[in-house]
Amino acid sequence: MNIVKRVLGALIAPLVAVVAAMAITSVLILFAGSSPADFWSIILDLPADRVYVNIINQSSMIFLSALAAAIGFRMNLFNIGVEGQYVMASYVAAVVAGLALLPGYANVILSLVVAMAVGSIWAGIAGLLKVTRGVSEVISTIMLNAIAITLTGYFLNTYGDKAGNSRRTTVLEEGSQLDGFTPFLDRDGAIWTLAILAVLAGLGFSFLLNRTSFGFDLRATGMSETAAVASGVKVNRMVVISMMLSGAIAGLIWMPALFGAAHSYGTTFQAGLGFTGIAVALLGRNRPLGIFFGAILFAYLNEQSNRLTIETDISQNVVQITQGVIVLAVVVAYEVVGRRRAAAEQHAVKRQLDAAKPTKEEAVS
Amino acid sequence: MSTLLAEPAAAPARSARSRYTWLWIALLAVAAVSAVRVITGAHQIDSPGSLRAALIATCPILMAAMGGLWAERAGVVNIGLEGQMILGTWGAAYFTYFYGPWVGIIGAALLGAIGGALHALATVTFGVDHIVSGVAINIIGLGASKFLAEAYFADLDGGGVKQLTGLDRPPSFTVPGISDAATGLSEKNWFFVSDIASMVAAVTTGLSAFTVLVFALVGVTAWALWRTTFGLRLRSCGENPQAAESLGVNVIRYKWIAVLISGGFAGIGGGFLALVASSGFVTGQTGGRGYIGLAAMIFGNWRPGGILTGSLMFGYTDSLPLRSSETIHALLLLVAIGLVALSAWRFYKGQRTQAIVFAVLGALFLLWFLTTDEVPREFTGMTPYIATLLVLAFAAQRLRMPKADGQIYRKGSAG
Repeated sequence: MNIVKRVLGALIAPLVAVVAAMAITSVLILFAGSSPADFWSIILDLPADRVYVNIINQSSMIFLSALAAAIGFRMNLFNIGVEGQYVMASYVAAVVAGLALLPGYANVILSLVVAMAVGSIWAGIAGLLKVTRGVSEVISTIMLNAIAITLTGYFLNTYGDKAGNSRRTTVLEEGSQLDGFTPFLDRDGAIWTLAILAVLAGLGFSFLLNRTSFGFDLRATGMSETAAVASGVKVNRMVVISMMLSGAIAGLIWMPALFGAAHSYGTTFQAGLGFTGIAVALLGRNRPLGIFFGAILFAYLNEQSNRLTIETDISQNVVQITQGVIVLAVVVAYEVVGRRRAAAEQHAVKRQLDAAKPTKEEAVS
Repeated sequence: MSTLLAEPAAAPARSARSRYTWLWIALLAVAAVSAVRVITGAHQIDSPGSLRAALIATCPILMAAMGGLWAERAGVVNIGLEGQMILGTWGAAYFTYFYGPWVGIIGAALLGAIGGALHALATVTFGVDHIVSGVAINIIGLGASKFLAEAYFADLDGGGVKQLTGLDRPPSFTVPGISDAATGLSEKNWFFVSDIASMVAAVTTGLSAFTVLVFALVGVTAWALWRTTFGLRLRSCGENPQAAESLGVNVIRYKWIAVLISGGFAGIGGGFLALVASSGFVTGQTGGRGYIGLAAMIFGNWRPGGILTGSLMFGYTDSLPLRSSETIHALLLLVAIGLVALSAWRFYKGQRTQAIVFAVLGALFLLWFLTTDEVPREFTGMTPYIATLLVLAFAAQRLRMPKADGQIYRKGSAG
């Protein structure tokens, strides 16, 4: 009974949010003069084989991005800068990978290390500014996002190889390209090898937070900074380290695509994953399992919506609204459920106290 | 009980001396710009054309920053400004197409205010974290503008799935006589005189009525927030909502009003982009200006005067990519002079470390100026962000945000 109640309690908020988002999306589509039935029949249709592969690939990147944001969120650090960190890291890693300093797979490993280092340095700037100068990480990471995007754009335009009208970094040599795993026919595409990074990072995240003293300190700081300080946690050090960890994971976000499909940084770069990740982290309550489902949901909506433009008069951008509404609705729902629960507990405690307390007449006599 | 809140607080008495100090600083700044112009021969740095472009680039940033000010003064952090601004670009385009530019401006404010209402509902009524809600609103705003454009603009004249051009613009006017005289004088390239004439020419030639409206709204904001009872109560919600509530202020209602106005202002900023700053609506045309507005607000220390200064500076850098590369190069010298002046000021105030940091930075900029011939255009786009980071890093102690900014307030928590 109790377990059923707890599971229901955990699921009620996301369910309410998804239903609310479905309703709002339907109303919007109706408002724009199209048929919501068309929309839902396409979105809820079984995906094609090719779409399954894309969903897995996309959700691996969204998962990494959300994990990067979640590490910060768990200790009340708002790393809005995942976007800038992975743009910067992806570019530098692509340059290093293109240089082919090491042969074959060693080159892949080197590039991953470089990506993590660059991401953590870029995030570390915000961490250092916070602990040494008291600058809010929200503002500094927003600024660092813009700077990262401008800088990489400049470097790419100045030093990149020409490819038609645009520029890109040097293409990986064949030994470093990873073929991936083809579950269906060849034309349906391959699941990228480095999608495995998402699984590894998820397990690492779980272990770090739940099984190490660092993770305990991190969660404690997030729940009550004053209590953490009182029990001897060096909060400043924690801030810098968790920002850098967050940046290191952010650095990995685009790596599956780089080695699996893109093979160079250029027009193929997929921007915007950083902000998607923040939304998914919020949706999944910053827990790996929640993020896992959130990432799949977002990737599913993105991929299924591609058919909208071809088969209906509905813009596929409508799923962006759906996604935004899901996030907003889920945080509101959690807040409301949390308040209800707190009020219920207070009532329960009050009832117990009232029952234990002698009534006035008894006290007088 | 409520006497304290019944009368507007007396504005901080500003002595005549400090007012003159600011005048002197402004004049010195103009002289420095003029000197750089004469030395480098890059007369474009403050030609009437450059200043007019800068003014146009300033307005959207200024409106976003003022929107941020309204929300944050009431204690609500609004990083959804970008999303509200994007909604405003669509609103301006739609309503201008069907009802003309003035209704278009109202439409921009309306769409922005819808974004604001969403933010207020989440943060004020439901007590969701302000940053979380802001991130969600930015996602929704971008998605909604793309969706609405595709649904409504695709079949219109001059429209497409991503754009709507050929919109009527708000009227613009030129002051006869003064405009020609000032433009003529500015073309003489005299020291100081031509720079002042340039400024006069910029605001008397082809000035859009929308620009005037934007600056009027800045004045209205400053007056309403600092000179009225309403403003005092609103600001009290951002400083100490519990105390405000105990004195009978309806905190929730004031926060709602503030966030609605905030969204409306950001929307108007978006409308300016679509109606004046460019030739029509294009999806995603805000290009992060909502964030620059946020930066300008912090740079301006949550005060209208500071925000105006910050927005003008960021607006100027935003308009720079249109100028020649010598112009941008000449600005390095100006930045170097500014940093050296700042260093001297800090030294005078006894802050040795900062004085040294600024002196070194100034020397580096001077070296950059002397050893190169041009600056990559991309770098000008980073200026607002780097300037804000530097201000935050070096002047964080002098910045003072509203005390209860970003905190979640629940009715009745005053106890």
